Amino acid sequence: MKPLIPYSLLIAGLAALVGGLAFVSMVVGPATAGTFELFSMMTHGEADTAWMIMREVRLPRTALAMLVGMSLGVAGAALQGLLRNPLADPGVVGVSPAASLGAVLALYTGVSVQMPLALPLMGIAGALLCALLLHGLARRGGVLTLVLAGVAVSSLCAALMSLALNLSPNPYAAAEIMFWLMGSVTDRSMDHVLLAGPLILLGWAILGASARSLDALSLGEEAAASLGVDLGRTRTLVVAGTAICVGAGAAVTGGIGFIGLVVPHLLRPLVGHTPSRLLLASALGGGALLLAADILVRLLMFGPELKLGVLTALVGAPFFLWLIFRARTELES
Amino acid sequence: MKLEARSVSVTVGDRKLVENASLHVSGGELVGLIGPNGAGKSTLLRAMLGIRAISAGQILLDGGDFLAMPPLKRANAVAFLPQERRVEWRLPAYDIVMLGRYPHQSGFGGPAPEDRAAVDRALDAVDGHGLVDRPVAVLSGGERTRILLARALAVESPLLLVDEPIAALDPYHQLHVMEILRERAHNGAGVLAVIHDLTLVARFMDRLVLMNAGRIIADGLPADVLTAERLASVYRISGSPPQRIS
Repeated sequence: MKPLIPYSLLIAGLAALVGGLAFVSMVVGPATAGTFELFSMMTHGEADTAWMIMREVRLPRTALAMLVGMSLGVAGAALQGLLRNPLADPGVVGVSPAASLGAVLALYTGVSVQMPLALPLMGIAGALLCALLLHGLARRGGVLTLVLAGVAVSSLCAALMSLALNLSPNPYAAAEIMFWLMGSVTDRSMDHVLLAGPLILLGWAILGASARSLDALSLGEEAAASLGVDLGRTRTLVVAGTAICVGAGAAVTGGIGFIGLVVPHLLRPLVGHTPSRLLLASALGGGALLLAADILVRLLMFGPELKLGVLTALVGAPFFLWLIFRARTELES
Repeated sequence: MKLEARSVSVTVGDRKLVENASLHVSGGELVGLIGPNGAGKSTLLRAMLGIRAISAGQILLDGGDFLAMPPLKRANAVAFLPQERRVEWRLPAYDIVMLGRYPHQSGFGGPAPEDRAAVDRALDAVDGHGLVDRPVAVLSGGERTRILLARALAVESPLLLVDEPIAALDPYHQLHVMEILRERAHNGAGVLAVIHDLTLVARFMDRLVLMNAGRIIADGLPADVLTAERLASVYRISGSPPQRIS
């Protein structure tokens, strides 16, 4: 049961894949500014325009897809390790809906019209409030309390978002909310990256600190505690880290699902099933997958651009179903 | 090294799971904690490890307050094999045994040579070298117990607490596990084991502690603890007490 590829080689390969996809993401775009058009602009004295498109349009988009994909991947891996359940997903702690609710309130109240950055800021505030609530629960209650509280928070946020849609003054406001909720990295600026970026990095660092405890948790909570693992601290690290990096991401991109579920699952056999090694591998895998999805969204040319969150759900949900059926046959055989 | 529970009580709501229990285990001895189901044996074991909160009393390690020590220091002194034998993920047996080195590792870099040496010694003790590449999830009950025991041995702590290590094993593997524990005690470790098989405890243990309904009712040599009257009153069985074979 040795992993097929050495860990260092796997990480190097995934990092190269992220780098390659980021490059492709910088040069691929709609027909008026596609790859060939960019290169011809550069060679025909319009290099400034080409650079501006890349810097102002493509760079934030690429950076956000990478950062958010990596957050979803690493948070999914950490949560699966903490809950010792391969079907766990950053969604279970309810932080993405909380971030979305904050953003929806910004859209609904119209604050986002006067001050565009109010949208991500209120999203981040929603995520942090949710993180604080879960932090209190994670300290006191067990893992099951945490998951059920996450479900309750998600439902409440969904209800409040529906209320905002219900009460929205006109169909345009409602449509704006709906589109935002679908999740996308289109038309974001470097301001969004600079707002969410530091929080995302902080979340990663917090999750990284839990890595070794997750390995010991493979033996169950009692054995892990007897090895010197502080269970309360580990729960807090994973929940807070997830809430901060996934919440900050969701605040600028809307809801993007299934990356955090699918990526750790695919990469687990390649790291020899070791939870701590899965964190970095999943981060890179998540970044690569979301970059690829965002490139695909730009290349699919029919009607309006497909929202990124719609694409990940379209591909991710059937995969999830397949996982459940496979897990069932494994259990029953 | 000596781990001691002094007048320990564990309460849940108004139910007393363990009441005023005192017991100790020192280096070089193999002690059996016995008693009928629900007597409070596993609860007391967890209380002595500091993973179950106590409502009264003290846990002392060489006279110092064990519960006030940092978790890693506690883990270095006392290893534990829980009753739960489930291992998550398809981790290979070698990686599971290596988790026993957790309290010794800083978390930076891979396992040090002394960690690998300790894992090899633990695998020697349980005769587990042939299993190292296989995922624990696919091992048989006996193989899994040996690997998880090796995980606890790999801590190389002066004290070892084990909860029902031979439950659901066939006679050959029961004897094998008991011999591993006895050898550990011969090598200087203090071993405290919860075991139900009265014949085996009479045969292998240096000392027995008998619990019933949350209280410790006897502590001494197997022959003194396992009397026909106690078998009748505590276990509600009649018959002659098992003999020590030596």
